[in-house]
Amino acid sequence: MTLFDLRLKDLHNQLRNKEISVTDVVNEAFAKIGERDEKIGAYLTLNEEGARAEAARLDDKLASGEDLGLLFGLPVGVKDNMVTEGIRTTCASHFLSNYDPIYNGTVISKLKQADSILIGKLNMDEFAMGGSNESSHFHPVRNPWDFTRVPGGSSGGSAAAVAAGEAYFTLGSDTGGSIRQPASYCGVVGLKPTYGLVSRYGVVAFASSLDQIGPITKNVEDAAHVLQAIAGYDPKDSTSAKVDVPNYASALTGDIAGLRIAVPKEYLEGIDPQVKASVMEALRLLESLGAVWEEVSLPHTEYAVAAYYLLSSSEASSNLSRFDGIRYGVRAEQTGGLLDLYHESRSQGFGPEVKRRIMLGTYALSSGYYDAYYLKALKVRTLIKRDFDQTFEKYDAIVGPTTPTTAFSMGSQVDDPLTMYLNDILTIPVSLAGMPAISVPCGFSQGLPIGLQFIGKAFDESTILRLAHAFEANSDHHKQRPSL
Amino acid sequence: MSTSKYETVIGLEVHVELHTKSKIFCGCSTEFGAPPNSHTCPVCLGHPGVLPVLNRQAVDYAMKAAMALNCEVGDVSKFDRKNYFYPDSPKAYQISQFDKPIGENGYIDIEVDGKTKRIGITRLHLEEDAGKLTHIEGGYASLVDFNRVGTPLVEIVSEPEISSPEEARAYLEKLRAIMQYCDVSDVKMEEGSMRCDANISLRPVGQKELGTRAELKNMNSFRGVLRGLEYEQYRQAEILDDGGEVVQETRRWDEAQGKTFSMRSKEEAHDYRYFPDPDLVTIHIDQAWKDRIRASIPELPDARKARYTEQFGLPGYDAEVITTSKALADLFESSLEYTADAKSVSNWIMGDLLGYLNSNGLELTDVKLTGQGLGEMIGLIEKGTISSKIAKTVFKQMLESGKLPQQIVEEQGLVQISDEGAILAIVNEVIADNPASVEDYKAGKEKAIGFLVGQVMKRSKGKANPGLVNKLLVDVLKG
Amino acid sequence: MSIESKDVEHVARLARLNLTDEERELFTEQLSAILKYAEKLNELDTDDVEPTTHVLPLSNVMRDDVVEESLSQEKVFRNAPDEEDGQFKVPAVLE
Repeated sequence: MTLFDLRLKDLHNQLRNKEISVTDVVNEAFAKIGERDEKIGAYLTLNEEGARAEAARLDDKLASGEDLGLLFGLPVGVKDNMVTEGIRTTCASHFLSNYDPIYNGTVISKLKQADSILIGKLNMDEFAMGGSNESSHFHPVRNPWDFTRVPGGSSGGSAAAVAAGEAYFTLGSDTGGSIRQPASYCGVVGLKPTYGLVSRYGVVAFASSLDQIGPITKNVEDAAHVLQAIAGYDPKDSTSAKVDVPNYASALTGDIAGLRIAVPKEYLEGIDPQVKASVMEALRLLESLGAVWEEVSLPHTEYAVAAYYLLSSSEASSNLSRFDGIRYGVRAEQTGGLLDLYHESRSQGFGPEVKRRIMLGTYALSSGYYDAYYLKALKVRTLIKRDFDQTFEKYDAIVGPTTPTTAFSMGSQVDDPLTMYLNDILTIPVSLAGMPAISVPCGFSQGLPIGLQFIGKAFDESTILRLAHAFEANSDHHKQRPSL
Repeated sequence: MSTSKYETVIGLEVHVELHTKSKIFCGCSTEFGAPPNSHTCPVCLGHPGVLPVLNRQAVDYAMKAAMALNCEVGDVSKFDRKNYFYPDSPKAYQISQFDKPIGENGYIDIEVDGKTKRIGITRLHLEEDAGKLTHIEGGYASLVDFNRVGTPLVEIVSEPEISSPEEARAYLEKLRAIMQYCDVSDVKMEEGSMRCDANISLRPVGQKELGTRAELKNMNSFRGVLRGLEYEQYRQAEILDDGGEVVQETRRWDEAQGKTFSMRSKEEAHDYRYFPDPDLVTIHIDQAWKDRIRASIPELPDARKARYTEQFGLPGYDAEVITTSKALADLFESSLEYTADAKSVSNWIMGDLLGYLNSNGLELTDVKLTGQGLGEMIGLIEKGTISSKIAKTVFKQMLESGKLPQQIVEEQGLVQISDEGAILAIVNEVIADNPASVEDYKAGKEKAIGFLVGQVMKRSKGKANPGLVNKLLVDVLKG
Repeated sequence: MSIESKDVEHVARLARLNLTDEERELFTEQLSAILKYAEKLNELDTDDVEPTTHVLPLSNVMRDDVVEESLSQEKVFRNAPDEEDGQFKVPAVLE
């Protein structure tokens, strides 16, 4: 058992009791990165010098006997779409490959406030567009459980780094499943908070009405602690909610007796039989712990993927327009005038998946098509949200698989965007509705992890954390580690 | 040219910068004239990951402007993105309003040839300003300054109900006055805090459907708007006279050459792809908010004008000129705290003051004249302390120094000489020194008296009471 | 609704992207497939359904009109591809 296999609370106690130093913890991260990341490719930029200096400063603080927060001294890696002042932030795109940020995002400031140590920036699909991490401009990420498999995406680096012990915890971002799907593929815990719970200030926007930052950890309790540190209203984000943030850890009582769980039949149709078997087994376990479950229908599930791709691509086409090569980013060599500068910088700066989505979004918003595509998708979104709202009138949570299959082979879907998009069919509806959801390991199929998804009411992270925690406490899937 | 065959149809799109302290979506200062790019931050530079947060004051000002322009202010308003690439637009979209503007269906009354004409206002919406481009290297490159990016703007769109360049000018002047009275903007065309684009088309008199319009840009002054529209009216009339067709296009007014030029010949049709900005939330405007803003609107130009004619008996023309500028109207009213002679105040404002400002290219805020100064000066004339002639000197000094007239008069000994003895002494000197003129007068050439009065005034350094001088001269010569 | 090569070309211009011939062909095919899939949405009658732009019912989020410190010139231009006299330099705007 390595240092990073300790529960957050236990690691914290060892630090507080001076059994280990912050430098030891940081050394562990860089040792594992040195040993494993060449194969896995989770990191795009390391902050080794900065992290070691910060560790030394925190060891002094430790010696001074000051009060320490729970995340004190913990090495964190963040997805490279979170803006970090002075540390290159690329979104895994050629266009931003030289971008040296001039400010910190709110979540980054909160981590600093909590004395966590930023050890590096994690690989991802370019601008968070993708589900396999193969659209990274720099290099793909390999699944720690099987190097021929994808880690999922877009937060592939964030999930793989936790699975491979290359960070104690990481942050990812989820637009249509980008935290939950890679967490599922990599056998770790990934939480997408309610839209509006965590500030989006400083996360490079993909689809503004969907993007949320969330933690990826080895267990549910740790996810609760990390969420505690990053949640809350931010005056810099007009879409962040003014809600009281509860104490999430205190919800982890282990007592789930009487909780009512809905299992959408649509989530069990057409999925891998092994995945289905694991989910059914998980439901039996939850039942044995006193929860009750019933099958329900979320009838608009099948429309979610189409609505999602229209909406997210429309927003993205506008969000990514600022990448014009004038104030920052890679300006292409050009001989013509301004138009040439725009066209060349953007054409050379973006990869195929990003271009495809910009094209789709531009088309969906363009004159004559707005009503048929964009507006239609917004209305379908209402219907999808209604499915959830109605279900939550009777149930405390919705449970199902996170993904229809386990991690697929690298290169198998690159040429078929639509098939790739359909991998997200179980995570996308939740994103459209803005609800919170967490994926936890619930089994293996041919050595590849399977994820179980708990979906909650808006701002009721506590209930899904409690359920997931109780499930985890009575299973050992989350304790499995890839052999590396 | 034969514009009389045609009817001119003009619609104006006016942008007015709201004078908030900070920008509409970030905390950068909106101060004019700072070094390039010194009022910028990650938000207004459009860096990755930033988000806008709406300035409440900008909404208040926009509502105030909308209400002052008789617009309906709805219960719900929202922001949309207008997507287009241009170097002065950092996000490559402008945050604007599409289907839920702050105000709709308003109007402005203007005076044309002594008659009132009502010009409809289609809408007033709130948006962010763009940056500023300067062309260098003979037009082969441009420099971008983002200080102005994010300054709150309202765009005020008129109905195509303006029938001549003169009406357009009257509309603009009235609009400027209303914005000034509301105190929501500096409305200075030369600093760009008020900008005007125009759509203009001609149609044969009696024809119902509108002709093809040209969109006119870059008219940076009231005069520019007038001349640009006049030129365009003329240009289109000539094309129509020759049996040609006006091309729908954007044209740029060139002040120096006095002509309009086509800006883009093969311009791609704009497709702004408006959609609701997901980074900003809906604005719900309840009755209490509306009431609060409505209560903050002061007396507007039309109301003041009516009051000036009724309360002070000013001629309509005077009242119109003075109320066109809030500063002038305020000066007028503050002067009346020190004198009761409203017409006299009006004469000084319309004559010496506006003359001075126009010939020096100044604004009222550039001079130091106060209402107290003007009012008290008129009092000094009434009392005979100074002559009207000396008053002109005093007035000019008040403009430049801001001193009160009494002080100027005392410091420079400008008090009118009304002492008969003192004047008589000068009269006698002048008569003695100018025998020829005295002879002429006595021989019946009454005009000679003028020369003699002038000589007395000159020797008294202008201070002698002119009436007294005249009387004493006649007395002595006839005596 | 199927999308044609010329539509792809038009959209690329709007989005300020150059496409190679192969890209144009590929995108025409792929976007057609995606849009065809999106036709699924037409199975749903949404005439009386309100669009959801925001999932949270937030309104009137505003800040006070307070001036905050702007950036240093170093930060403003740290990433600028081309700068001159404290301004961002770009090639000719009018062509």
